[in-house]
Amino acid sequence: MNDAVLTVLIAMLGGAIRVSTPFMFVALGECLTEKSGRVNLGLEGTLVLGAMVAYAASYHTGSPWLGVLAAGVAGAALGAMHGAICGLPKVNDVAVGIAMMLFGVGIAFFFGKPYIQPTAPRLDSISLGFWSDSPSLKSALEVNPLFFVGVVIAVALAWALRNTRWGLVVRTVGDSAPAARAMGLSVNLVRFLTTSVGGFLAGAGGAFLSLSYPGSWNQGLSSGQGLMAVALVIFARWSPVRCVYAALLFGAAGALGPSLQSIGITQGYYFFNAAPYILTLVIMIATSSATHSARDMPGELTMAK
Amino acid sequence: MTAPSARGPSLETVGMSKAFGALKALKDVSISVPAGSFHALLGENGAGKSTLVKCIMGFYTPDRGQLLIDGAEVTVRNPRDAQALGVGMVYQHFTLVPALTAAENLVVSRAGAPAFIDWRKERKALEAFLDRMPFRVPLDRPVSGLAAGEKQKLEILKLLYLDQRFLILDEPTSVLTPGEADEILGLLRQMAHRGEITVAMISHKFREVEAFCDDFTVLRRGARVGGGKVGAVSSREMAAMMIGDAVVPPSAARIKAPKDGVTLEVAGLFAENDEGRSAVNGFDIRVKAGEIVGVAGVSGNGQSELVEALCGQRPIRLGQVLIRDQDFEPTRDHFDRFKVFGLPEEPLKNASVANMSVAENMAFRRFDKAPMARLGFWLSREPIRAKARELIERYNIRTPSPDTPIRDLSGGNVQRAVLARELSGDVDVLIVANPCFGLDFASVADIRGQIMEQRNRGAAVLLVSEDLDEILELSDRIAVMSGGKVAYLTDAASADRTTIGRYMAGR
Repeated sequence: MNDAVLTVLIAMLGGAIRVSTPFMFVALGECLTEKSGRVNLGLEGTLVLGAMVAYAASYHTGSPWLGVLAAGVAGAALGAMHGAICGLPKVNDVAVGIAMMLFGVGIAFFFGKPYIQPTAPRLDSISLGFWSDSPSLKSALEVNPLFFVGVVIAVALAWALRNTRWGLVVRTVGDSAPAARAMGLSVNLVRFLTTSVGGFLAGAGGAFLSLSYPGSWNQGLSSGQGLMAVALVIFARWSPVRCVYAALLFGAAGALGPSLQSIGITQGYYFFNAAPYILTLVIMIATSSATHSARDMPGELTMAK
Repeated sequence: MTAPSARGPSLETVGMSKAFGALKALKDVSISVPAGSFHALLGENGAGKSTLVKCIMGFYTPDRGQLLIDGAEVTVRNPRDAQALGVGMVYQHFTLVPALTAAENLVVSRAGAPAFIDWRKERKALEAFLDRMPFRVPLDRPVSGLAAGEKQKLEILKLLYLDQRFLILDEPTSVLTPGEADEILGLLRQMAHRGEITVAMISHKFREVEAFCDDFTVLRRGARVGGGKVGAVSSREMAAMMIGDAVVPPSAARIKAPKDGVTLEVAGLFAENDEGRSAVNGFDIRVKAGEIVGVAGVSGNGQSELVEALCGQRPIRLGQVLIRDQDFEPTRDHFDRFKVFGLPEEPLKNASVANMSVAENMAFRRFDKAPMARLGFWLSREPIRAKARELIERYNIRTPSPDTPIRDLSGGNVQRAVLARELSGDVDVLIVANPCFGLDFASVADIRGQIMEQRNRGAAVLLVSEDLDEILELSDRIAVMSGGKVAYLTDAASADRTTIGRYMAGR
């Protein structure tokens, strides 16, 4: 029994690291965008398009890292589109986000048809389990380098928001647009840039889906991670570092079903697979009733008004 | 573009004019503010004061006229140009970023802030800067956690930090206690007289103008109608210049009111603000019939939350409200039964539906009762409109028709429309918050008269206001609210401004 629990925990650890990576990238992108006072709900579409573009680029060039880059560029293009449309007068960012989500998923399926069959080179993992004899621990510690890239980005983002002029400008725009205008800052330009960079990160997160785990391109690749990442940002109270913890938590929840299956518990498999969604729901209920999350919320967000 | 000088420059406008469509907001206005002086800009709402300063600051481009700084003509196309010339403005609403700390606010406002900020170096520079300043603020707390007075100081410090030596202040003391206002204005006056800055202040408080300013200019309907040395004319004459030939109704007389009516009693009321922090902390008050109790206080001490809690807009966490010695819950049913009426602050936002018509807004209290409704749900349009026409006539509300959306009315008329709705019935308890904010003299006198009339009829009136003069004029008793509860209670007859100010500051 003890062994079984250990196996589940190890599998969940590995799963948390694996599953959390796309969450982390999307959440960091969304965090940056929201810090500037705008919500981009379209990141689900960006994630799917990123996955498709990464797979296609990796297939054609033979380099999975070029795939990641291409996915980021595609994501940045979608983000720029969102940012530009929301810069027009009287446009609601939430509505545009939903449209962009459908658009992103739509073009990914449209252009992605020919890439369902072929196999593209995937990103290699780093084996951190060499010191252990346990095969399950070894496989759990096969960590994709993108995970570390995400952690580094999170720390760098948190630092930059405090210690660079750009960071202060983004927070200013996100908290008080009138104050930003009084300083002569262009609110729309700042939000355009943060939405584009946020799109880049979400697109790169999509690359992880098709090039590492699950590691192929098909139409059922993302199951709402892009949308859940928005909830995750609220849960992390707009702190990039807390986004990493939250992504790990969501990742662990997502790994619950497969981990239990690995020790032969198949009962309630679908229920355990639904864990991330239930977690999202619980978090939304808990944070919407607690007034303290309002303190960290950027003042310009549509939900803050 | 000249480099900002370290001394306060002089500023002149010559024949400045600005029209918005058919409306001539500014007609040929020439003012002169000598270097190192403290100038007051007086005028009613809509007299053109803000248009004038916005032309100076580059928010508007004047149609005609010149701007001279230190005697040289300059062109200001946008606020950045003004900033480069050393002209800065403190607005009525704060322009600080709430989530940033004071230090971050100062650094981000600087045009040449480095891409990577060395906080150790910046801190040192900020400390050195503050040492040279007459007042200081905590640097490391987010601005959202600062008191209003500290924010106002930080706004002024920000201008000085940016080396802006001509300061335009737009009603800077509206959020301050009398003590804080005197402190800040006194220090600015000293700095001006040392030649370090020049100040132009928009104000409507004659007391402050007389105590701190050197010269004044009065605007009315976009034109300059008077000015000169402060002290050369009395405040009565200044007021006459501001009002012109408009008729201001005499203030309603306070008569002996019947004392046997209904009393309002609030006992140990607790309520939270939007962020879940305690805002009203055990507020106790007893308002007798035929009495106005004024609640004074610096904004942000729980007054808005108190009024919202009493009006049913905010949950009461703990405590009791008694009317006629019976439990009162802020529900529609009880408002009717106990005849409780209210005029919350910003009535367009808090007491009307902006897109609905004037007539519909005026029917809110009885649209579901006969004759406006049959069977409690079937509305009849005609009685609703008829009642509105009657009220529009009686309360002198200027609206094109009863069917005009209420948002199209001017502030004073929205206020009158809501007041008409609330006062047209039989009033036992009246709860009023900042009723005259931003209104012209005539509307102010009119609305204060209506409130006094209700008192004289025997209603219990709770008046919450940030305008101490209003409280002193209307109240029979005065309570000072500080930190969410009553800090001081006095008869209006024996009240003195200094003591009230001390309690407002939380002592």
